[in-house]
Amino acid sequence: MSPTGTEDDVAAIAKRWKNKRGSLIMALHGLQDRYGYVPREAAMSLGEQMDVPLARIYEVLTFYNYFRLKSPGKHVVSVCMGTACYLKGAPQLLSRASEELGIKPGETTADGEFHLQVVRCVGCCGLAPVVTVNAKLLAKVTGESLEAHLLTPTTAEDGKA
Amino acid sequence: MIQATINSLPVEVAPGATILDAARQVSVHIPTLCKHPDLEATAACGICIVRVAGSTKMLRACCTPVEADMEITTEDPEIIQVRRTVVEMILSRHPNECLTCGRNQNCELQTIAADFGLREICLDSIVPDLPIDNSTRAITLDPRKCISCGRCIQVCQQIQDVWALSFLQRGIDTRIAAAGDISLADSPCVRCGQCSAHCPTGAIVEYDETQEVWDKLLDPDAFCVAQLAPAVRVAIGEAFGFPVGTNLTGKTYAALRRMGFKAVFDTNFGADLTVMEEAHEFVGRFTNAKSVLPLITTCCPSWVDFMEKFHDDMIPHFSSCKSPQAMVGALAKTYYAEKMGLDPAKVYVVSVMPCTAKKFEIIRSKEMHSSGFWDVDVSLTTRELARMIKQSGINFRVLAEEQPDHLLGAYTGAGTIFGATGGVMEAALRTSYYLMTGENPARLEFLKTRGLDGVKEGKFDIAGKEIRFAVAHGLGNVETVLTKVREARDAGTEPPYHFIEVMACPGGCVGGGGQPYGVTDNLRAKRAAGLYQDDQAGLWRCAHENPYIQKLYEDFLGEPLGEKSEQLLHTSYHPRPTYRR
Repeated sequence: MSPTGTEDDVAAIAKRWKNKRGSLIMALHGLQDRYGYVPREAAMSLGEQMDVPLARIYEVLTFYNYFRLKSPGKHVVSVCMGTACYLKGAPQLLSRASEELGIKPGETTADGEFHLQVVRCVGCCGLAPVVTVNAKLLAKVTGESLEAHLLTPTTAEDGKA
Repeated sequence: MIQATINSLPVEVAPGATILDAARQVSVHIPTLCKHPDLEATAACGICIVRVAGSTKMLRACCTPVEADMEITTEDPEIIQVRRTVVEMILSRHPNECLTCGRNQNCELQTIAADFGLREICLDSIVPDLPIDNSTRAITLDPRKCISCGRCIQVCQQIQDVWALSFLQRGIDTRIAAAGDISLADSPCVRCGQCSAHCPTGAIVEYDETQEVWDKLLDPDAFCVAQLAPAVRVAIGEAFGFPVGTNLTGKTYAALRRMGFKAVFDTNFGADLTVMEEAHEFVGRFTNAKSVLPLITTCCPSWVDFMEKFHDDMIPHFSSCKSPQAMVGALAKTYYAEKMGLDPAKVYVVSVMPCTAKKFEIIRSKEMHSSGFWDVDVSLTTRELARMIKQSGINFRVLAEEQPDHLLGAYTGAGTIFGATGGVMEAALRTSYYLMTGENPARLEFLKTRGLDGVKEGKFDIAGKEIRFAVAHGLGNVETVLTKVREARDAGTEPPYHFIEVMACPGGCVGGGGQPYGVTDNLRAKRAAGLYQDDQAGLWRCAHENPYIQKLYEDFLGEPLGEKSEQLLHTSYHPRPTYRR
C-alpha cells in the first residue's frame, strides 16, 4: 500500500472504472488503496473524470465504515469487535487504547502518529482478543501487552515484512 | 384495469398504481410523511402501512402496487398502534421547538402528531447536535429537524439535477448535508429552494429577512418601496384561506401600504420592460445572420447560476437582460427617485418574490449595483410576506383593493404571465412579432408555450420567417434542450431553436421555492390559470402597449438597448466553480 497517490493514479482509476455500471465503490477502493484514505481533492477529481456528482460519492463514502475520509495516521490500531473478541474483552481493550491515545475510535491523534478504529472480525477468532497495529497481528491481547505495543509500535513496512 | 377492495370498498386502478393511489381514489385517507405527489415513493417513513389479506407483514401503501383481488385494510387498532409508534420514534429524534419554528402550524409532522393525539413520547429524546447552515443567505438548512424522508434529496438530484444535497452516513446517524459535508454556499446549490418547498418539516426553509425589513420600515429616514412579482399575487391568498389561484394583486398592494411602504411597484412592469429589451435583442440576433442563436432567457436566477456552474459554454447564448426584479430595483433608485425628487441613498427597495434564489440574485454581480447602490436591498419570499401581513394584524381578506404607483407599477398581460412556465416566451414573441411586422399578432395566445410538460417546443411564423422555440422548466429538463443545441453547433448545422426559455422550478415561478407550501401540479396549474386570466382581462396584453413603459423610454432611458438601458438593465455572465471546496 502506497501512502500517497498522485493525480495520475486518480486518472488511471477513473479510466479503469468509468462507464462501468455500479463501479463507483471499486473506484473508491482504488483511491483508498493509493492514498490510505480518500482525500477530498482525489474524490472531486474522480467525480469529474467519472462524471459522478460529489454528493453521490460522499453518500457511498460515508455509508460504508471501511472508507476513511481523513489521513489515518502513521500507525493504524484496529481493535476487533467480532463476537469472539468481544466476549474475550475487546470493549475493555478499546477503552484502554482510547484512553492511552486520547482519541475516540475513528479519530487520529493530533501528531498524526496513531489512528484508532474498530473492525469486525479479522478471521482468527482462535487468537481472540485480537488487535492489529498496521499489518501486524497481536494475539490474545491484554491491557498491558496492548500498552507495550502502543509505546513501541512497528511501522507499516515492519508489519508487512 | 385491476380490481381490489380497500376497507371493503371496491376500487379499480390502472396497472402500477399503488395502494396509496388507490386509497386516494376512493377517499380513504392513509397518513404518510415521506410520499409527495411530485416524487417517487422512498418508503422512508413507514407511517402508511396497511394490511393485505394473505400477507403476514404490514405493507407500505406508498410503494406497494395494487394486485388483482387484493383485500386491503387501512385501519384497525393494531395498524394504528404501529403507526403511533413510528410517529413517536420520529418525534424522539426531532427537536421540540414548534413554537419558534418556521413551519409552525404549517408542518406535516406537526399535523401527523396532532392527528395521532400524542400526549407523551415514551422514548428517550436523542436529538442530534448539528449546526444550522445559513451560508447561502437564501435557504436555511437545520439538519436537526430532518426526518430523513429524502424528498429534498430527490428534488435536488432528480428533478433539478443539481446534486447539492445528499444523505450522509447511515442508520440512526443519517443526516442531510451538502456535497460531502461542506456548506451549501460552497456546494453546487443554485438556491432554487425546491428542497424547502418539498420538505415536510422545518429542516429546510427560506432564509428569513423579515426583521431587516421591519427595521427599515421603522426608520424615519428610509423611503421604503416594494415590488410584487407576477407569481406572488396568485399564491399569497393560500396563506389567508382564498381558493388556489385567486388573483390578489390589489389587496397585496394595499397590505404593503398598510405595513408602511411609501410606494408600491409591480415587478410585472419590470417584466414588460424585460420583454422590450429582450425582444429587441432577439429580433436583432434573428435578423442578423452572423448572430449567436438560440437566444436563452435569463429571468430566472437559479437557471443563471446553474448555467454558470454547469453549462458555461452557453454564455454566448444568454440574453444580457437583467431580470424584472433587478430592472425595477435599478429604476427605483434612478428614474423614480429623480421624478419624485428623492435622495436615492434613502430609497430602500424590497422585492416580494416567489423565489429563494432572488435573495442571491440581488448581489450576484457588480451590475446589480447599477444605480450606484445595491439596486434591490432585500428580497422576500411570498411566505415571508404572508407572515409579515399576519404579524401586522392586517385583515387581509377584507382589505379594499388598491392601485400600484404607476410610474413603475402599470403592467400588461405580457408582464403578468412571466410567472408561469412559457410566459416569458409568449410575451417576448408577441412583441417580437410587433417589432418585425408593425402590428400585433392576430392571436395573442401561444398555447404551445403553456402547460406543465417538461419541455415544450413550437414554431411560429413572423413575416414569412419561421421561429422555432423551446420552453423548459425544472432544471432536470434542460439537458435535453441543450444537448440538441450543442449537437447542431458541433455539426455546424442550423440550430434546432431560435429562442429558449428556461425556468428552474417546475411550473415556473408559480411553483417557485418561496411560494406557500403544499405545491403539486394541480396547484401549479391553478396558480398559472390565475395569471392567464389576469392577462386575458387586461386592457393591454403586449409589453410595447404599456404607456408607462413608453413614457419611461421617452423621459429617461432613450431607446431599447440604448446606452442608458445597457447600463441599468443589462448584465453579464461568468463561469463559476461547481464546488468551492
